[in-house]
Amino acid sequence: MWFRTVVASLAVCTVGGVASWHATDGLRALTSEQARRLSIARSPRPVPDVLLEDHDGNEFRLADLHGAPVAVEFIYTQCQTLCALLSAGMRQFSAVQRSSGDVEGRVHLVSISFDAEGDSTPRLREYASHYGAARDTWRIARVRDPRDLGPLLEAFGIVVIPDGAGGFQHNAAVHLLGTDGRLARVLDADATPADLARAVTTPWP
Amino acid sequence: MALIAVLIIVVLAMPPAREALEGTMILHMLVQIPLLAVAGSIGALAIPRRWRVRVTSWNRFGITGTLVAVIVSTWWMVPRALDGAISSGAMELFKFVSLPLLVGAPLALSWRELPFVGKGFLLANILPMWAVVGWLYVAAPTRVCNYYLVDQQVIAGYGLIAASIAAGAAAIGIGLFGVKRYA
Repeated sequence: MWFRTVVASLAVCTVGGVASWHATDGLRALTSEQARRLSIARSPRPVPDVLLEDHDGNEFRLADLHGAPVAVEFIYTQCQTLCALLSAGMRQFSAVQRSSGDVEGRVHLVSISFDAEGDSTPRLREYASHYGAARDTWRIARVRDPRDLGPLLEAFGIVVIPDGAGGFQHNAAVHLLGTDGRLARVLDADATPADLARAVTTPWP
Repeated sequence: MALIAVLIIVVLAMPPAREALEGTMILHMLVQIPLLAVAGSIGALAIPRRWRVRVTSWNRFGITGTLVAVIVSTWWMVPRALDGAISSGAMELFKFVSLPLLVGAPLALSWRELPFVGKGFLLANILPMWAVVGWLYVAAPTRVCNYYLVDQQVIAGYGLIAASIAAGAAAIGIGLFGVKRYA
């Protein structure tokens, strides 16, 4: 008389276990940020080639940078927290690249603002000079057409929510595009130049 | 009874209610999700007795139903599930289906069958888990949900801890003094 209940319970545990395993990528991704990074590492994805404008007002596209790896970050200039960490990291990357003198092995650095309204070109220029960003290694950019911003953020998996005090909260990370322009790696926001160098030199999936 | 259950689910599914409850993490976790489960429980009580007894041989002492409810309700405490319900329509639909049918209903069908020791065992495992998850939300060094602000995560964490303590106190109260029928 216990038979049916034992069978049903075992079935429930099996189905539940398998479903949980799948839903969390083998318990490796309990948050959507972990899931995003895992999915990108597993299958690099194309990103829309939108028209950008750097802090000097020059138009460019990420596709113009194909052939070399590109590190992309999403920021807004009024950010006091995570973006400062990201941009400090970018400054380090940029300093290491410039001192190495290895122009061939250079990684292009691009910070893209998602605050389409607030971040005008002059503000980007100010931000760039504050962090010592020079156009040859590191561009602080905005999308030319604000309508491109949504699809761009969606392709990268960036979620931006207003924090109720005029600012934003957002998932922050260093995104690496391979030489073919596909988004292939995501590093933590506090990645060091050594982390970046290692990520660039290890084989792409 | 069945009508009340359907009504709760329909009201919760309306865009203004969804926006209001899912816009804040604590309301999502501690109002919308429990209400969906409660709707399922209310609906299950409306099932005629002669249908209900058909499943009892598969659910002796309420073990199978309790397992289903525990597994599915645990999923809905995972940050990825909460984010998923906001970003993906399929996950949102799964929430509205799974909480009534796989948490509320099986729990209502199993609770009375569950022996006293079983009830104690269940609560002694589930309630501390709520508190631990709550503490993780409070103590997490980063945001765990992409769709919620970090201060909301902390509030939701304290809410889970409070819910755990309140439910524990209620269970002890009922167990010691209370309503014979449920103890």
